[in-house]
Amino acid sequence: MKTCFLLLGLMVVLLGCLTGCGTVQPWERGTLSDYTMRPDRDPGADSFREHVYFTREAAAGGRGVGGGGCGCN
Amino acid sequence: MNTSFGTRLIGMLLLSASSALASWNTGTTLPDLSKFKLEGQVPSIAGKVVLVDFWASWCGPCKASFPALDSLQKDYGAKGFLILAVNQDKTGEAMTAFMSEHPVSITVLRDPENKLVAAADVTSMPSSYLVDRSGKIRYIHRGFHGEKTLAQYRKELELLLSEKAGGS
Repeated sequence: MKTCFLLLGLMVVLLGCLTGCGTVQPWERGTLSDYTMRPDRDPGADSFREHVYFTREAAAGGRGVGGGGCGCN
Repeated sequence: MNTSFGTRLIGMLLLSASSALASWNTGTTLPDLSKFKLEGQVPSIAGKVVLVDFWASWCGPCKASFPALDSLQKDYGAKGFLILAVNQDKTGEAMTAFMSEHPVSITVLRDPENKLVAAADVTSMPSSYLVDRSGKIRYIHRGFHGEKTLAQYRKELELLLSEKAGGS
């Protein structure tokens, strides 16, 4: 009986963890592809971050990837 | 208890496997589109070569594909070719705004509850399914890659339009 309760408890915890995750389907990526989701949407802030990165790391670039957030193509 | 849990686990696995198998593949018969609560007039597709294209206004390659699809409809429409562009926008307003900026002659439908796209289980946007005259999916395209994709469409269309409804 005790094992049953333990298993039940474990299942509840496991289910709770599982429900916290979700898959964004390809047709649900409208919000992700919005301009405001782009990390390089503000050229000024981008330039500032790049300057800080270069100062700290003595390296620049290598940040961007092609395309937006919609995962198209 | 263990047997029951095992049975349920197997059942869940079988269910997920069956849903994976339910996605549209080459050889799958196109389902009856009237069952998916699509907005817009679904034309008769019997005996026609049909391209079911899933798109959205926020998808860049979809935008790029529209002039190409329009040219295909104009070139092959008289031979029995029909494009059904199925929109996946959250709101009808987004689709209408896009359509007013990019007017085309193809049939545009809306899938407000995403039922059709979920049934097809597309893996990227845009995705399109080329269906032969007998209603079977023959070619699947993921994404749109400009002239390369357009040339592929033309090649496949020439073949499918030369076939008769009952087979080659």
